[in-house]
Amino acid sequence: MDSAKEGLKADRPEKRWLSARRAEELEKAWRRFSRNRLSVMGLILVTLILLLAWLAPYVTPYPAHAGAFTDFVNSCAAPSAEHWLGTDNMGRDILTRIVFSFRGALYMAVLVLAAAVPVGCSLGLLAGYLRGTWLDTLIMRVTDVFLSVPALLLALAVVSILEPGLTNAMIAVTVMWWPWYARLMYGIASSCRNEYYVIHAELIGASKPHIIFRQILPNCVSPIFTKMALDVGWVILIGATLSYVGLGEQPPTPSLGQMVSDGSRYMPDAWWMTIFPSFAIVLIILGFNFLGDGIGDMLSKGDSKYE
Amino acid sequence: MNLRVFVFKRLLSSVVVLLGLSVVIFGIARILPGDPARLALGSTATQNALDLFRTENHLDQPLPVQYAYWIGGVLRGDFGTSTSTKRAVAQDVAEFLPATLEMASFSAVFLIVFSITVGALAANWRDTLVDGLMRVMSYIGIAIPGFVIATLLLLLFGYVWPVIPVLGRLSHGITPPPGITGFYTVDSLLTGRLGTFWDAFLHLLIPAVALCMGGLCQEARLVRSAMIENRGKDYLAAMKGYGTPGRVITGKYLLKPSLIPAVSCMGMDIASLMSNAFLIEVIFGWPGISRYGMTAMLSKDLNVISGVILIFGAIFVGINIVVDVAVAYLDPRIRLGGAA
Repeated sequence: MDSAKEGLKADRPEKRWLSARRAEELEKAWRRFSRNRLSVMGLILVTLILLLAWLAPYVTPYPAHAGAFTDFVNSCAAPSAEHWLGTDNMGRDILTRIVFSFRGALYMAVLVLAAAVPVGCSLGLLAGYLRGTWLDTLIMRVTDVFLSVPALLLALAVVSILEPGLTNAMIAVTVMWWPWYARLMYGIASSCRNEYYVIHAELIGASKPHIIFRQILPNCVSPIFTKMALDVGWVILIGATLSYVGLGEQPPTPSLGQMVSDGSRYMPDAWWMTIFPSFAIVLIILGFNFLGDGIGDMLSKGDSKYE
Repeated sequence: MNLRVFVFKRLLSSVVVLLGLSVVIFGIARILPGDPARLALGSTATQNALDLFRTENHLDQPLPVQYAYWIGGVLRGDFGTSTSTKRAVAQDVAEFLPATLEMASFSAVFLIVFSITVGALAANWRDTLVDGLMRVMSYIGIAIPGFVIATLLLLLFGYVWPVIPVLGRLSHGITPPPGITGFYTVDSLLTGRLGTFWDAFLHLLIPAVALCMGGLCQEARLVRSAMIENRGKDYLAAMKGYGTPGRVITGKYLLKPSLIPAVSCMGMDIASLMSNAFLIEVIFGWPGISRYGMTAMLSKDLNVISGVILIFGAIFVGINIVVDVAVAYLDPRIRLGGAA
């Protein structure tokens, strides 16, 4: 009886020790992340952009300007106290439109990755685990075909044949994006498949789905997360490029690329119409790149390139 | 592995990839909503005209047969007729491709020369102002889209400081040189027109710089970090011990292996130069194939879209083969049969 109680007591510190270890791990992860000041800057930038996009109707000075608003008296007004970043040719506040366009950009990035990552990862996993079979050949050759054309080009072609718009832009970019994940996953999975733990699981008769999803997948998570964080920036960049040529988000909904292209017609007099949206694009991509690098450092335990 | 066998295998697999690509493009052009005959003839066409167009272009046949007709034509160099220019796509491509190739190759030279120079300089003067400046540039260069760089350069050299021409391939009043290669710079040199050459060269400068900026910053960083990593290697200390002059060590024994990571990355970037040219050409009014393709895309000219993408795919695949061979040349471990 006593010994049983003691056993229970001994269990408790065990649990606390575990949570303490977890806390320590978290702290270590944060230290790895924050060793590079740029990662912290990225985190701050991304948080700020997310907050701004979320609270756009409440924090922007002229929420009505995000739509088909016109005020020709104030068209092409230079930056001033009323309009910090000036106004466009319709007299709409540039700052407001930039903040609102973050919404479309982030929305696109999230949906594209939510569709492309599971598809690419499962195909890559399957091909990697079944390496050497006809299924592997089929999946990876199809992947090669998609990777043999620059992503931007095929995305442009797909959207132009469909109707231009945010949804079709997302479909087009998703079609272009999954092969990168398939290839990344294929590389990791095909090297994992000969590890002892996989062979062991096979020997004790584990099912294929169990091996693929419970044994191999957890080992592929950190490069995938790193790539996802970096890719948010790249998807936004491709989205901005599509909307620059008029194949993305359609007016009057603001989008960064379209603001740059509209503004370039009023250069050099109304330079603020081009320059500020351009800066906004660079900032949002920089933010996600820095954050992605930081997440990469955090997940790659031990060796860091910043040592 | 023998280099010749290596190249042969790569060529073979590229043929498979290109055939697959042709299926994908054909699928996109046919399966996506939109009637090709309606797209070609416009909304006012009569039913008779539509039917005639369908019969003429085998659109009334099942899809595999249509594909067979199309790919058969492509293999003979016949990409069909453009519905907007009413000319053969192959003819249009032959006219517009040289301008793009000239800009892209110029840009590629820029990319190679400057990324290696800047990277080597930054590695040499590590942790100084040069290095810091390059690092900041590389971060921004990666994050800044090509069309933004192009627009900013246009603003700078088009309006604020007009010392270099920014629009088109030649200034007004200068006749293009006779078409030998289609590269204005090369043609004007071949025919001995120095004035035309200089003008064409100046027109190339800004678009080419805008095109390669993003890649340049990234590769310079790769060269820098590879050089810094390799500098501490034992074989270099051994070379120094033999009394090899410092310049030879840096130029021959340090630089060559340090280029390997950058060359693989450069290959991807040079191949993507062609597709990034899509926006650059539109912005700078460059009469190349990208602008032609872009116009086709906006007017849903299916034959042109599929033809242009297939050609870009072929160029992309071709450049990747060249890069693999270049890496094999630089890295004896691959050339002599280890990890190829």
